[in-house]
Amino acid sequence: MTLRVPIVERIMNANDQVAGINRQHLDDAGVFAVNLMASPGAGKTSLILNTIQRLSPALRLGVIEGDTAPVTIDADKVSAVGIPAVQINTGGDCHLDAPMLDQGLQQLSLNDLDLVIVENVGNLVCPAAFQLGTHINALIASVPEGDDKPYKYPAIYRGLQVLIINKIDLLPYVKFNMDYFRQGVEMLNPGLITFPVSCTTGEGMDAWVDWLRNQALSV
Amino acid sequence: MHELSVTESILRICVEHAEKENASRVTDVYITLGRLSSIVDDSVQFYWELIAENSICAAAQLHFERIPAKILCLDCSNEYELDRDLEPCPKCHSARIKVISGDQFYVDSIAIEKGEKQ
Repeated sequence: MTLRVPIVERIMNANDQVAGINRQHLDDAGVFAVNLMASPGAGKTSLILNTIQRLSPALRLGVIEGDTAPVTIDADKVSAVGIPAVQINTGGDCHLDAPMLDQGLQQLSLNDLDLVIVENVGNLVCPAAFQLGTHINALIASVPEGDDKPYKYPAIYRGLQVLIINKIDLLPYVKFNMDYFRQGVEMLNPGLITFPVSCTTGEGMDAWVDWLRNQALSV
Repeated sequence: MHELSVTESILRICVEHAEKENASRVTDVYITLGRLSSIVDDSVQFYWELIAENSICAAAQLHFERIPAKILCLDCSNEYELDRDLEPCPKCHSARIKVISGDQFYVDSIAIEKGEKQ
Protein backbone atom coordinates (compact mmCIF):
# COMPACT_ATOMS: atom_id res chain seq x y z
CA MET A 1 0.00 0.00 0.00
CA THR A 2 1.04 3.55 -0.64
CA LEU A 3 1.58 6.00 2.16
CA ARG A 4 1.90 9.77 1.88
CA VAL A 5 4.71 11.20 4.01
CA PRO A 6 4.62 14.96 4.60
CA ILE A 7 8.08 16.55 4.42
CA VAL A 8 8.00 20.28 3.66
CA GLU A 9 11.77 20.67 3.49
CA ARG A 10 13.33 23.55 1.61
CA ILE A 11 15.40 22.16 -1.20
CA MET A 12 18.18 24.72 -0.75
CA ASN A 13 18.57 23.91 2.97
CA ALA A 14 21.89 22.07 2.66
CA ASN A 15 23.47 24.93 0.69
CA ASP A 16 22.05 27.54 3.05
CA GLN A 17 23.54 25.79 6.07
CA VAL A 18 27.02 26.00 4.54
CA ALA A 19 26.28 29.62 3.66
CA GLY A 20 25.63 30.24 7.36
CA ILE A 21 29.03 28.73 8.23
CA ASN A 22 30.73 30.92 5.61
CA ARG A 23 29.12 33.99 7.15
CA GLN A 24 30.39 32.97 10.56
CA HIS A 25 33.96 32.63 9.24
CA LEU A 26 33.72 36.05 7.61
CA ASP A 27 32.31 37.67 10.73
CA ASP A 28 34.92 36.03 12.96
CA ALA A 29 37.64 37.52 10.77
CA GLY A 30 35.86 40.90 10.56
CA VAL A 31 35.61 40.69 6.78
CA PHE A 32 32.74 42.14 4.79
CA ALA A 33 31.83 40.11 1.69
CA VAL A 34 29.91 40.92 -1.46
CA ASN A 35 28.41 38.40 -3.87
CA LEU A 36 28.61 40.20 -7.21
CA MET A 37 26.28 38.80 -9.85
CA ALA A 38 25.50 39.84 -13.42
CA SER A 39 25.05 38.47 -16.91
CA PRO A 40 28.22 37.87 -18.95
CA GLY A 41 29.68 41.13 -20.18
CA ALA A 42 27.81 43.44 -17.79
CA GLY A 43 31.11 44.65 -16.36
CA LYS A 44 31.74 42.60 -13.23
CA THR A 45 35.51 42.53 -13.60
CA SER A 46 35.62 46.18 -14.69
CA LEU A 47 33.60 47.22 -11.65
CA ILE A 48 35.87 45.20 -9.38
CA LEU A 49 39.01 46.78 -10.86
CA ASN A 50 37.52 50.27 -10.61
CA THR A 51 36.45 49.61 -7.04
CA ILE A 52 39.91 48.31 -6.09
CA GLN A 53 41.46 51.43 -7.57
CA ARG A 54 39.34 53.64 -5.30
CA LEU A 55 39.37 51.58 -2.09
CA SER A 56 42.85 50.07 -1.99
CA PRO A 57 45.08 50.30 0.00
CA ALA A 58 42.90 52.10 2.60
CA LEU A 59 40.81 48.95 2.67
CA ARG A 60 42.48 45.56 2.28
CA LEU A 61 40.67 43.74 -0.49
CA GLY A 62 40.54 40.16 -1.70
CA VAL A 63 38.72 38.81 -4.73
CA ILE A 64 37.27 35.39 -5.46
CA GLU A 65 36.64 34.71 -9.12
CA GLY A 66 34.08 32.13 -10.12
CA ASP A 67 34.47 30.75 -13.62
CA THR A 68 32.92 27.82 -15.40
CA ALA A 69 36.19 26.88 -17.06
CA PRO A 70 39.81 27.01 -15.88
CA VAL A 71 40.33 30.40 -17.50
CA THR A 72 42.30 32.80 -15.32
CA ILE A 73 41.75 35.97 -17.37
CA ASP A 74 39.74 37.69 -14.61
CA ALA A 75 41.88 36.52 -11.71
CA ASP A 76 45.02 37.59 -13.59
CA LYS A 77 43.67 41.12 -14.03
CA VAL A 78 43.01 41.40 -10.30
CA SER A 79 46.38 39.91 -9.34
CA ALA A 80 48.06 42.36 -11.72
CA VAL A 81 46.93 45.27 -9.53
CA GLY A 82 48.38 43.61 -6.45
CA ILE A 83 45.20 42.24 -4.89
CA PRO A 84 44.99 38.64 -3.67
CA ALA A 85 42.74 36.75 -6.08
CA VAL A 86 41.50 33.21 -5.87
CA GLN A 87 40.07 31.43 -8.85
CA ILE A 88 37.26 28.92 -8.36
CA ASN A 89 36.55 26.72 -11.33
CA THR A 90 32.96 25.50 -11.04
CA GLY A 91 33.62 22.61 -13.42
CA GLY A 92 30.92 23.70 -15.83
CA ASP A 93 28.37 24.69 -13.21
CA CYS A 94 26.61 27.93 -13.99
CA HIS A 95 26.84 29.41 -10.50
CA LEU A 96 28.84 29.43 -7.31
CA ASP A 97 27.36 27.66 -4.32
CA ALA A 98 28.18 27.92 -0.64
CA PRO A 99 30.62 24.94 -0.51
CA MET A 100 32.57 26.45 -3.43
CA LEU A 101 32.83 29.76 -1.61
CA ASP A 102 34.05 27.91 1.45
CA GLN A 103 36.90 26.50 -0.65
CA GLY A 104 37.69 29.97 -1.97
CA LEU A 105 37.69 31.58 1.47
CA GLN A 106 40.12 28.96 2.75
CA GLN A 107 42.65 30.12 0.17
CA LEU A 108 42.54 33.75 1.32
CA SER A 109 44.11 34.88 4.57
CA LEU A 110 40.95 36.47 5.91
CA ASN A 111 42.57 38.00 8.96
CA ASP A 112 44.57 40.28 6.66
CA LEU A 113 41.51 41.51 4.75
CA ASP A 114 38.64 43.97 5.23
CA LEU A 115 36.57 43.30 2.14
CA VAL A 116 36.11 40.30 -0.14
CA ILE A 117 34.36 40.65 -3.47
CA VAL A 118 33.09 37.41 -4.94
CA GLU A 119 32.62 37.54 -8.70
CA ASN A 120 29.90 35.02 -9.43
CA VAL A 121 29.54 33.22 -12.76
CA GLY A 122 27.97 35.42 -15.44
CA ASN A 123 24.34 34.36 -15.35
CA LEU A 124 21.03 35.88 -14.23
CA VAL A 125 19.26 32.64 -13.39
CA CYS A 126 21.25 30.13 -11.42
CA PRO A 127 23.21 32.30 -8.94
CA ALA A 128 19.88 33.59 -7.62
CA ALA A 129 19.08 30.23 -6.09
CA PHE A 130 22.32 29.81 -4.14
CA GLN A 131 23.07 31.93 -1.09
CA LEU A 132 26.82 32.06 -0.47
CA GLY A 133 26.92 33.54 3.01
CA THR A 134 28.18 36.95 1.92
CA HIS A 135 26.79 40.02 3.69
CA ILE A 136 25.18 41.37 0.57
CA ASN A 137 24.06 40.21 -2.83
CA ALA A 138 24.83 42.78 -5.50
CA LEU A 139 23.77 42.77 -9.13
CA ILE A 140 25.13 44.71 -12.07
CA ALA A 141 22.57 45.41 -14.75
CA SER A 142 24.10 47.00 -17.81
CA VAL A 143 22.27 49.32 -20.16
CA PRO A 144 22.86 47.35 -23.41
CA GLU A 145 21.21 44.26 -21.88
CA GLY A 146 17.87 46.01 -22.09
CA ASP A 147 15.30 47.41 -19.69
CA ASP A 148 13.17 44.27 -19.42
CA LYS A 149 15.54 42.17 -17.33
CA PRO A 150 13.76 42.60 -13.97
CA TYR A 151 10.60 41.30 -15.62
CA LYS A 152 12.36 38.32 -17.16
CA TYR A 153 14.61 37.37 -14.26
CA PRO A 154 12.58 38.25 -11.16
CA ALA A 155 14.30 35.78 -8.82
CA ILE A 156 17.70 37.46 -8.96
CA TYR A 157 16.21 40.92 -8.31
CA ARG A 158 14.26 39.63 -5.31
CA GLY A 159 17.34 38.72 -3.29
CA LEU A 160 19.44 41.85 -3.74
CA GLN A 161 20.69 44.42 -1.25
CA VAL A 162 22.21 46.67 -3.90
CA LEU A 163 21.91 47.20 -7.65
CA ILE A 164 24.48 48.81 -9.92
CA ILE A 165 23.36 50.02 -13.33
CA ASN A 166 26.52 50.01 -15.43
CA LYS A 167 27.36 51.53 -18.83
CA ILE A 168 25.13 54.58 -18.34
CA ASP A 169 27.43 56.36 -20.79
CA LEU A 170 25.66 54.29 -23.47
CA LEU A 171 22.16 55.55 -22.60
CA PRO A 172 22.07 58.03 -25.53
CA TYR A 173 22.81 55.23 -28.00
CA VAL A 174 20.69 52.36 -26.71
CA LYS A 175 16.95 51.87 -26.36
CA PHE A 176 16.68 51.64 -22.60
CA ASN A 177 13.68 53.05 -20.76
CA MET A 178 15.02 53.79 -17.29
CA ASP A 179 11.54 54.34 -15.83
CA TYR A 180 10.30 50.98 -17.08
CA PHE A 181 13.43 49.26 -15.79
CA ARG A 182 13.17 50.93 -12.39
CA GLN A 183 9.47 50.14 -12.09
CA GLY A 184 10.24 46.43 -12.52
CA VAL A 185 12.95 46.61 -9.87
CA GLU A 186 10.70 48.56 -7.52
CA MET A 187 7.93 45.97 -7.78
CA LEU A 188 10.29 43.13 -6.92
CA ASN A 189 12.49 44.85 -4.37
CA PRO A 190 11.00 48.11 -3.09
CA GLY A 191 13.49 50.78 -2.08
CA LEU A 192 16.49 48.81 -3.40
CA ILE A 193 19.66 50.91 -3.16
CA THR A 194 20.73 51.63 -6.73
CA PHE A 195 23.86 53.18 -8.19
CA PRO A 196 23.94 54.20 -11.87
CA VAL A 197 27.59 54.12 -12.93
CA SER A 198 29.91 53.98 -15.88
CA CYS A 199 33.11 52.04 -15.39
CA THR A 200 34.39 53.66 -18.60
CA THR A 201 33.91 57.33 -17.67
CA GLY A 202 33.96 56.87 -13.89
CA GLU A 203 30.58 58.57 -13.53
CA GLY A 204 28.74 57.49 -10.39
CA MET A 205 31.64 55.38 -9.13
CA ASP A 206 32.36 57.56 -6.10
CA ALA A 207 28.82 57.16 -4.73
CA TRP A 208 28.99 53.37 -5.10
CA VAL A 209 32.44 53.14 -3.56
CA ASP A 210 31.54 55.44 -0.64
CA TRP A 211 28.51 53.30 0.10
CA LEU A 212 30.54 50.09 -0.11
CA ARG A 213 33.25 51.53 2.14
CA ASN A 214 30.68 52.42 4.79
CA GLN A 215 29.16 48.96 4.60
CA ALA A 216 32.56 47.29 4.89
CA LEU A 217 33.54 49.39 7.89
CA SER A 218 30.29 48.57 9.66
CA VAL A 219 31.23 44.89 10.16
CA MET B 1 21.98 23.94 -15.46
CA HIS B 2 21.85 24.53 -11.73
CA GLU B 3 18.98 22.07 -11.81
CA LEU B 4 21.53 19.24 -11.49
CA SER B 5 22.64 20.26 -8.01
CA VAL B 6 19.06 21.14 -7.14
CA THR B 7 17.90 17.71 -8.27
CA GLU B 8 20.61 16.10 -6.16
CA SER B 9 19.23 17.96 -3.16
CA ILE B 10 15.72 16.73 -3.91
CA LEU B 11 16.95 13.15 -4.16
CA ARG B 12 18.88 13.45 -0.91
CA ILE B 13 15.84 14.78 0.93
CA CYS B 14 13.58 12.03 -0.48
CA VAL B 15 16.00 9.20 0.29
CA GLU B 16 16.56 10.46 3.81
CA HIS B 17 12.84 10.60 4.60
CA ALA B 18 12.05 7.32 2.82
CA GLU B 19 14.70 5.49 4.84
CA LYS B 20 13.43 7.02 8.06
CA GLU B 21 10.00 5.61 7.22
CA ASN B 22 11.43 2.20 6.29
CA ALA B 23 10.00 2.54 2.80
CA SER B 24 10.67 -0.16 0.24
CA ARG B 25 10.30 2.36 -2.55
CA VAL B 26 9.22 5.90 -3.31
CA THR B 27 6.42 6.12 -5.89
CA ASP B 28 5.81 9.88 -6.05
CA VAL B 29 7.54 13.10 -5.09
CA TYR B 30 5.52 16.29 -4.66
CA ILE B 31 7.44 19.52 -5.12
CA THR B 32 6.06 23.00 -4.57
CA LEU B 33 7.44 25.78 -6.73
CA GLY B 34 6.63 29.49 -6.44
CA ARG B 35 6.13 31.57 -9.56
CA LEU B 36 9.13 33.76 -8.70
CA SER B 37 11.61 30.97 -8.03
CA SER B 38 14.20 30.34 -10.71
CA ILE B 39 13.77 26.62 -11.23
CA VAL B 40 12.99 24.95 -14.55
CA ASP B 41 10.92 21.88 -13.79
CA ASP B 42 11.64 20.18 -17.13
CA SER B 43 15.35 20.18 -16.33
CA VAL B 44 14.75 18.77 -12.87
CA GLN B 45 12.73 15.99 -14.48
CA PHE B 46 15.54 15.32 -16.94
CA TYR B 47 18.22 15.04 -14.25
CA TRP B 48 15.92 13.11 -11.96
CA GLU B 49 15.67 10.26 -14.39
CA LEU B 50 19.47 10.08 -14.55
CA ILE B 51 20.35 10.35 -10.90
CA ALA B 52 17.42 8.58 -9.19
CA GLU B 53 18.27 5.39 -11.04
CA ASN B 54 19.51 2.68 -8.67
CA SER B 55 18.09 4.49 -5.66
CA ILE B 56 15.00 3.90 -3.59
CA CYS B 57 13.47 6.68 -5.71
CA ALA B 58 14.01 4.94 -9.06
CA ALA B 59 10.78 5.18 -11.05
CA ALA B 60 9.33 7.74 -8.65
CA GLN B 61 7.12 10.26 -10.44
CA LEU B 62 7.88 13.93 -9.89
CA HIS B 63 4.88 16.23 -9.47
CA PHE B 64 5.36 19.98 -9.57
CA GLU B 65 2.79 22.24 -8.06
CA ARG B 66 3.42 25.74 -9.40
CA ILE B 67 1.84 28.25 -7.12
CA PRO B 68 1.19 31.83 -8.16
CA ALA B 69 2.98 34.67 -6.40
CA LYS B 70 0.88 36.65 -3.94
CA ILE B 71 1.14 40.41 -4.27
CA LEU B 72 -0.17 43.22 -2.10
CA CYS B 73 -0.76 46.64 -3.61
CA LEU B 74 0.59 49.25 -1.19
CA ASP B 75 -1.66 51.97 -2.60
CA CYS B 76 -5.10 50.35 -2.73
CA SER B 77 -4.47 47.29 -0.51
CA ASN B 78 -5.67 45.00 -3.28
CA GLU B 79 -4.24 41.49 -2.94
CA TYR B 80 -3.71 39.75 -6.24
CA GLU B 81 -2.04 36.69 -7.65
CA LEU B 82 0.63 36.67 -10.29
CA ASP B 83 0.51 33.67 -12.54
CA ARG B 84 2.48 35.01 -15.47
CA ASP B 85 4.58 38.12 -15.94
CA LEU B 86 5.26 40.70 -13.32
CA GLU B 87 2.65 43.44 -13.55
CA PRO B 88 1.43 46.43 -11.55
CA CYS B 89 -1.79 46.25 -9.53
CA PRO B 90 -4.59 45.29 -11.94
CA LYS B 91 -7.06 47.41 -9.96
CA CYS B 92 -5.32 50.78 -9.56
CA HIS B 93 -2.23 50.19 -11.80
CA SER B 94 0.16 51.20 -9.05
CA ALA B 95 3.65 49.72 -9.17
CA ARG B 96 4.06 50.23 -5.43
CA ILE B 97 3.54 46.60 -4.59
CA LYS B 98 4.90 44.10 -2.14
CA VAL B 99 5.57 40.47 -2.98
CA ILE B 100 4.08 38.47 -0.12
CA SER B 101 5.10 35.06 -1.42
CA GLY B 102 6.31 33.43 -4.60
CA ASP B 103 9.85 32.24 -3.85
CA GLN B 104 8.83 28.84 -2.47
CA PHE B 105 10.81 25.80 -3.47
CA TYR B 106 10.43 22.75 -1.29
CA VAL B 107 9.66 19.05 -1.20
CA ASP B 108 6.11 18.96 0.10
CA SER B 109 5.69 15.22 0.53
CA ILE B 110 6.51 11.82 -0.90
CA ALA B 111 4.39 8.73 -1.47
CA ILE B 112 6.07 5.51 -0.38
CA GLU B 113 5.41 1.81 -0.32
CA LYS B 114 6.32 -0.39 2.59
CA GLY B 115 6.53 -4.03 3.25
CA GLU B 116 8.00 -5.75 0.22
CA LYS B 117 11.48 -5.47 1.67
CA GLN B 118 11.78 -7.11 5.09
